[in-house]
Amino acid sequence: MAYYPTRLKTRQTYSWVGRPLLDQKLHYHIYKEMSVKIEGSLTEIHIQVGQFVLIEGDDDENPYVAKLVELFEDDSEPHSKKRARVQWFIRFCEVPVSKRHLLGRKPAAQEIFWYDYPACNSNINAETIIGHVQVVALGPDEVLPMDLKDEKILFVKLSWNEKAFRPLSPELFAEFDKLQEGSPRSQKPVGVKTKSIESPSRTTAEHAIKRIESRHSTSKSRRTPSHPVTPRAKKKLELNGKTPNTRISQQNSGASLDSPGRSKRKVTLSEITSPTKRSQPDRLHTSSPALKAPQKTGEIQSSCAKDDKKASPDCHRILRTRVPALKTTEICEERTLTPIRGGWKSSVPSVVLKPENIKKREAEEPEAQDGATTTPHRIHRKSSLLTLNRIRQQLRFLGNSKSNQEEDEFLPAAEISDSSSEEEETSTPPLPRRTSSRLSRNLCSSMKSSLQTPSKTPKKTPKPSTPRHATPQIRSRNLAAQEPASVLEEARLRLHVSAVPETLPCREQEFQNIYNFVESRLLDHTGGCMYISGVPGTGKTATVHEVIRCLQQAAQANDVPSFHYIEVNGMKLTEPHQVYVQILQKLTGQKATANHAAELLAKRFLTQRSSQETTVLLVDELDLLWTQKQDIMYNLFDWPTHKEAQLVVLTIANTMDLPERIMMNRVSSRLGLTRMSFQPYTHSQLQQILISRLKHVKAFEDDAIQLVARKVAALSGDARRCLDICRRATEICEFSCQKPDSPGLVTVAHLLQAVDEMFSSSYITAIKNSSVLEQSFLRAILAEFRRSGLEEATFQQVYSQHVALCRMEGLPYPTMSETMAVCSHLGSCRLLLVESSRNDLLLRVRLNVSQDDVLYALKE
Amino acid sequence: MSSRKSKSNNLIHAELLSQVQRVLRERFCHQSPHSNLFGVQVQYKHLIELLKRTAIHGESNSVLIIGPRGSGKTTLINHALKELMEIEEVSENVLQVHLNGLLQINDKIALKEITRQLNLENVVGDKVFGSFAENLSFLLEALKKGDRSSSCPVIFILDEFDLFAHHKNQTLLYNLFDISQSAQTPLAVIGLTCRLDILELLEKRVKSRFSHRQIHLMNSFGFPQYLKIFKEQLSLPAEFPDKLFTEKWNESIQCLTEDRSVREVLQKHFNVSKNLRSLHMLLMLALNRVTTSHPFMTAADMMEAHQFCSMDSKANIVHGLSVLEICLIIAMKHLNDIYEEEPFNFQMVYNEFQKFVQRKAHSVYNFEKPVVMKAFEHLQQLELIRPMERTSVNTQREYQLMKLLLDNTQIMNALQKYPNCPTDVRQWATSSLSWL
Repeated sequence: MAYYPTRLKTRQTYSWVGRPLLDQKLHYHIYKEMSVKIEGSLTEIHIQVGQFVLIEGDDDENPYVAKLVELFEDDSEPHSKKRARVQWFIRFCEVPVSKRHLLGRKPAAQEIFWYDYPACNSNINAETIIGHVQVVALGPDEVLPMDLKDEKILFVKLSWNEKAFRPLSPELFAEFDKLQEGSPRSQKPVGVKTKSIESPSRTTAEHAIKRIESRHSTSKSRRTPSHPVTPRAKKKLELNGKTPNTRISQQNSGASLDSPGRSKRKVTLSEITSPTKRSQPDRLHTSSPALKAPQKTGEIQSSCAKDDKKASPDCHRILRTRVPALKTTEICEERTLTPIRGGWKSSVPSVVLKPENIKKREAEEPEAQDGATTTPHRIHRKSSLLTLNRIRQQLRFLGNSKSNQEEDEFLPAAEISDSSSEEEETSTPPLPRRTSSRLSRNLCSSMKSSLQTPSKTPKKTPKPSTPRHATPQIRSRNLAAQEPASVLEEARLRLHVSAVPETLPCREQEFQNIYNFVESRLLDHTGGCMYISGVPGTGKTATVHEVIRCLQQAAQANDVPSFHYIEVNGMKLTEPHQVYVQILQKLTGQKATANHAAELLAKRFLTQRSSQETTVLLVDELDLLWTQKQDIMYNLFDWPTHKEAQLVVLTIANTMDLPERIMMNRVSSRLGLTRMSFQPYTHSQLQQILISRLKHVKAFEDDAIQLVARKVAALSGDARRCLDICRRATEICEFSCQKPDSPGLVTVAHLLQAVDEMFSSSYITAIKNSSVLEQSFLRAILAEFRRSGLEEATFQQVYSQHVALCRMEGLPYPTMSETMAVCSHLGSCRLLLVESSRNDLLLRVRLNVSQDDVLYALKE
Repeated sequence: MSSRKSKSNNLIHAELLSQVQRVLRERFCHQSPHSNLFGVQVQYKHLIELLKRTAIHGESNSVLIIGPRGSGKTTLINHALKELMEIEEVSENVLQVHLNGLLQINDKIALKEITRQLNLENVVGDKVFGSFAENLSFLLEALKKGDRSSSCPVIFILDEFDLFAHHKNQTLLYNLFDISQSAQTPLAVIGLTCRLDILELLEKRVKSRFSHRQIHLMNSFGFPQYLKIFKEQLSLPAEFPDKLFTEKWNESIQCLTEDRSVREVLQKHFNVSKNLRSLHMLLMLALNRVTTSHPFMTAADMMEAHQFCSMDSKANIVHGLSVLEICLIIAMKHLNDIYEEEPFNFQMVYNEFQKFVQRKAHSVYNFEKPVVMKAFEHLQQLELIRPMERTSVNTQREYQLMKLLLDNTQIMNALQKYPNCPTDVRQWATSSLSWL
């Protein structure tokens, strides 16, 4: 094998070449070139964006191969500020052993594969780059050259997406050819520049529309197996840019005027094809200042922008329901998307603009930034406005059937694209394969490594940098889970309690209250406590999670200061004092005993600290933290009162009067009066929840939904119950249906059966199905109760009644042992309550069912 | 010549019969998934569909299988798991964890057992097993890592589920159900219990997280089906080596099913208890009577076995008592009649006995008090009488209050069968007034 110099052997110094381009949104400095100086020798390697590079890995012989997509400096990263974004290639030896056979032939020594796997982390430390390498793409019918003179040339023929080897797509191939010919610098999106120069009259709103368009086109190209940054996508943009100026604006205004649905559709398409979830609201937030500006310039544009704004969360929601299992991939996806955006923005300052243009830009930009960097008060107002908007959208979304219809129209398209990306989704491993920090390829997806290497224990590697990979997990399945095939299966998936709902309908008010509470504390850098109560299944924890999620997004968008979120659950503790251990571990990663952890936490919260980050602590199932001295509750509520602590405590429990009932005065006084109670859902709310979950899936009759909502509301108002009943009803519907291919709708009858199954008491059927002697024993008990007028009798008394009854009914004489067996049998079912059987004849017997029920059951 | 032939025949028979007994005993004693299921097709389908969805689609579920003892809960789940594991795509993809409330008596032990059965302990090393708290957070972390589509589903089978509900705070149940209701590693939690009031045992938070699916096994079959089960349980399988014998045996079983006295026996047995375990017990006793000289089961065997099953245990003890002890029991019976179930002490019993001996007895020897005391203590050891309070050192044994644990009818029945019972004792027992 070729020998590659690695950092272990020679020290290398890395430095940027050229002036940085600033990405305003992400606070990155983007560079085009980097130089690597190897100590000792005078040679300098220049690495440019677009080149193929070798990247330091576990194996010195076979370093990783990748194509450099972007170089940038990230200030938020603590250790290595020089970052790079790459498109990975994979060697055959890196393919999991179990999948190697898929190639079907012997790989050549110098062969690598295009790694077409979006879940893989492409953000790496730039200082791990070793040097260039030459990569040659081969057509599907070309033969791999076997006699190689230069060992440093690698060949690409196929792509690997963790499932199958595929030939390279023509676009990719063209890109390779181009790369080999010209310098990579020609790859820059020139069109963008020209456009921005040539159109001084363009407003930011148009810009935004264009951005959406461009995103649309790039995302379109994503559907091909190639990477987002393909020349094809750029060419498209160029085409767009070359069209006459006036035409563009006409087009745009025309689009916004007569067919808002069109622009909307574009957005949906782009949203649906990109499987990101978290990045979407982020985009929504970040783009809002830009969208605000046009309101001054023109009403048409503003309405258009608004439309976009409104439409995008909607589609985003559609998306979320469709891909609920896609969590781990999102972040990586987001990263692969960002360079495009970064490229767009960054190109602006570097362009040589005409003087007046510069002025205009400068005048506009502060305006746009203004929204983000004004006083906290304004942010507060703005973000609450945003949340209000959100709620309004929800309501509108639920209420407006017209818009629903509109969305229905282009739903098929969404589904097609979804199914095309389904393969990709199902194969996603729980963790990204390549990690950024140390570049160790963590093959968690293959169960062997995680099971067989005992060194990866959380204890042995307590460093906070790697606990994610060290925690063992249930081994992953060999075969991917099946996706729902029929409408009923789809409905069942959505109705599962675990399915993350896209919104939390019917909890807008509570959401708003909690959001405002936490947000105001965050903005003021103070602390506080809040007590949330409500019966199980009313969405307490879900609402708080939603609030935190929104706040985290807001924090990313710099609307609120960033904060640290910790969650503890009283039921997930073995002992109340363990709560300290958990908080400490989640806060700092330290491990300590309960007492020591309490001391450390007290020290942390009660003394002045340098870092000004607020901590938000969610304590679920608070009542479990009750101790005799109540020291835990006291501490939890006492810390937030100190100014230095900057601690916001949200507590959740079931009973409304918990503070009054079980807490001492000094504890409940510290908890304060910020209380909130979640009422059980009413039938209309439950109905709304079901409808919102079953949107676009026609599996239930409307009457059926109403029935189950009313039933559950009358019983408990527990949303979990409601969903479980519906899920069971879909099963019943499936069973009862004769034709498996086209099961009908879930009807009222199915739901009634499900409700019966879940709620009907089984005592009566149990009595009906018990043996003759058991039934006559129950009769004897009733007779004895009637005789004595008490609700309790000894076994001896019942036995004499039983013997008499048997004689009357012509049954054979029951022996004592048999009767005793009958009695204990009924006792073990808890139809009877009996004392321990060592009392023998004297054991006391009671009925666990009402006498009327027994009589009813015994009456044939 | 003929004797030798019959001898070799006998040998073959002995061989065959021991095989028959082995096959049938295995069927009776093990809840093997090879035997057939009776009358629970609907429940079985529900369960297997549920498990399949967990295994194939990665859907989390929780279900309780409720039914009285001996109704076939374990057999049902064993059957379902066996069928599930036969599916090719499932067998590699599913982990099973079996817990029993009688073995895992607290959450700490249960957690260790789960970790062991999930083969996680070699990842952990020995260190983490230091404390319960670490153990719990470790396991929760491990289960939290997974998600619906990529991680291996785990099937938890909790036998004697009601005992888990008595664990402190129901931590284990809460966490299992919570995972099954959130987007983590797919779980199927299957609880087996015989308590009908199981949902009332669950804490409200735990209850809310449980999906409320219940599969009831109620032995809901009638007598004709019971007969069919009886026949099926005794018939030899087709793969039994000796075809001729199998045919003969099954024919005899058919005859047995049609026999009137056998039906009567079965009817009686069915009246007492519908569960199959007691039927197995009966058949086991009958099967034991099959020998080389008596190669096929007969109606008499069944009757004998039934008699054995339905015997009153206390009456049997009374049969083995001495005359003096019988006399004491009769005295106690009279005291019970006079004082209406009030407790008595030795002195009262002794007085009663004295009266009888002095006035009426001809055959009973007037024993000395210590001898009577000894007999009285023997009765206490047999638990035919029971002290009302704990025996303490300072109470005199003669005056300790006692209660009789025999019913009047039991005493009379026992006396009737008592071998060589003196007539005066019998008369004394039957007379309503003891001293006359």
